[in-house]
Amino acid sequence: MPLELAETAPPQGDEQEYLWTLNFGPQHPATHTTLRLVLTLDGETVVNAVPDIGFLHSGFEKLGEHLDYNQYVTIVDRMNYISPMANEIAWHHVVEKLLGIELTPRCKYLRTIFAELMRIHDHLLCVGAAALDLGGFTAFLYAFNQREKIYDLAERASGQRFHPSYTRVGGLMADVDDVWIAMARDFVKTFPKAHADISRLLNRNRIFIDRTRGIGVLSKEDAINLSCTGPVARASGVVRDLRKDEPYLAYPDLDFQVVCATAGDCYARYMVRMEEMLQSLRIIHQCVENLPPGPVNVDVDSKAVLPDQTAVYRSIEGLIQHFELVMLNRKWQTPVDEVYGATETANGELGFYLVADGSGVAYRARTRPPSYIHFQVFPYLIRGHLLSDVVAVLGSLNVIAAELDR
Amino acid sequence: MDYIAVVEKLRERFGADAVATSEFRDNRRVTVPADQVFAVLECLKNECGFDMLAELTAADYLHYPGARDRYGVVYVLLSTATGQRLVVKTWVNDPDPRLPSATPLWKGANWLEREVYDMYGVVFDGHPDLRRILMPEEFTAHPLRKDYPLRGRGERHNFPVITRADS
Repeated sequence: MPLELAETAPPQGDEQEYLWTLNFGPQHPATHTTLRLVLTLDGETVVNAVPDIGFLHSGFEKLGEHLDYNQYVTIVDRMNYISPMANEIAWHHVVEKLLGIELTPRCKYLRTIFAELMRIHDHLLCVGAAALDLGGFTAFLYAFNQREKIYDLAERASGQRFHPSYTRVGGLMADVDDVWIAMARDFVKTFPKAHADISRLLNRNRIFIDRTRGIGVLSKEDAINLSCTGPVARASGVVRDLRKDEPYLAYPDLDFQVVCATAGDCYARYMVRMEEMLQSLRIIHQCVENLPPGPVNVDVDSKAVLPDQTAVYRSIEGLIQHFELVMLNRKWQTPVDEVYGATETANGELGFYLVADGSGVAYRARTRPPSYIHFQVFPYLIRGHLLSDVVAVLGSLNVIAAELDR
Repeated sequence: MDYIAVVEKLRERFGADAVATSEFRDNRRVTVPADQVFAVLECLKNECGFDMLAELTAADYLHYPGARDRYGVVYVLLSTATGQRLVVKTWVNDPDPRLPSATPLWKGANWLEREVYDMYGVVFDGHPDLRRILMPEEFTAHPLRKDYPLRGRGERHNFPVITRADS
């Protein structure tokens, strides 16, 4: 049955007087961050839901026209702040596509490890917050305990827990050391137990199943027509994963499976996310064990990376190269063209549409935000459900307000 | 359908000079005039198998080297069956930049077009609910245009102040 959106305002008239409006406001513990829903209710049944967004709009895309390709990574970090390094990897993936730079093998593997760590990070929050909103506090705490370990890994690699700004054009900010590798191995060893704990709490939990099974069903045709990607689409049967369909970084060498479901309800989305975490762990394990040696940055001759400190202080070429990349009006020579590139983040296809005008600053840096596109789906999913299902559906869509509004 | 066959089909339907093609890295682009873009998108969706709209965005080419028109609107289409992508580009100009809405074809175009309207002022005819989405309703400018400054024109400092005596 195709889903249709009702008019944005309820019809006026005497027969509609029993409908009442509830403001599920921007400040509410169960709306993940600042988004607003104006719900039209018939008793407890939702007749219509009109989302109102823009509370966190910070002009990220306008800033992208003023910051260069390495400075903008700090902004991109702050979009999907639940999986920050995934955004950075996506951004530099597209910038390197524009510049035609091929990364070193070690950099590819490290970026893959971080991309998968961030996928686990995001799914842990989504699952934990979904449980929290439905009343399961313990699962939330188990999930957040594991997220602390991922924050420790980010801190060891880049110095910052939350917004590492770790990637650069042509490589990474710095290489990882042996302590980091030991921490990563430790994470791979201890995560399955925490995952099993969360599964045992929620998978066959009567209350959780009653509140999520059959709620917010998205059919496969609607998922495609509404531009859904990621776990939201895969739980409806759309078998698309950019890691397998348009492989990038180290994914062609790795052995993992794409997780799909057919039911398309909140429970299916939860199960897809839980299993994707285990697949991500498999990928991390393979990458850590097979991490290639070598440099993380591309060769200095490509004129895209900063030379190391000894070269800058002790050779004129290094000094000039450093100057060229850091001073205004210089930096990278980009082609005068535009490109769209995307990676598979935890929320779906995070793409950037970059229009370059030859200078080191993007002319237009557009983000294709999966949260924005998925929140658009919300009114279609919630029609006919109860008020308490609003929270379940919102949690399963994993809408991150900073990516929604940018 | 592969790219060559798609371009052939578009050229025979709409005329060879209406359909310009280009390729860059792995993007394949088709540039069409604004009055034919809806028919092109319909043909691509219904006959060439591009069933998903991955992205709908715009850029203001006011300061771009070598640009002739001002607003470039881009549709990134995806075929879920074959995994192929196609970028459809069209150009609109001041005054009155208008395009037909793609919402009859893809429901996902709804909010994407609202954002292009909000940020650039491109009006989409036939859109079910074309109003501002990210900026507040009473905002008057279109912020992502190149002639709108980064720090705004003082809108953030001119909110109406309601004192305790008034409220």
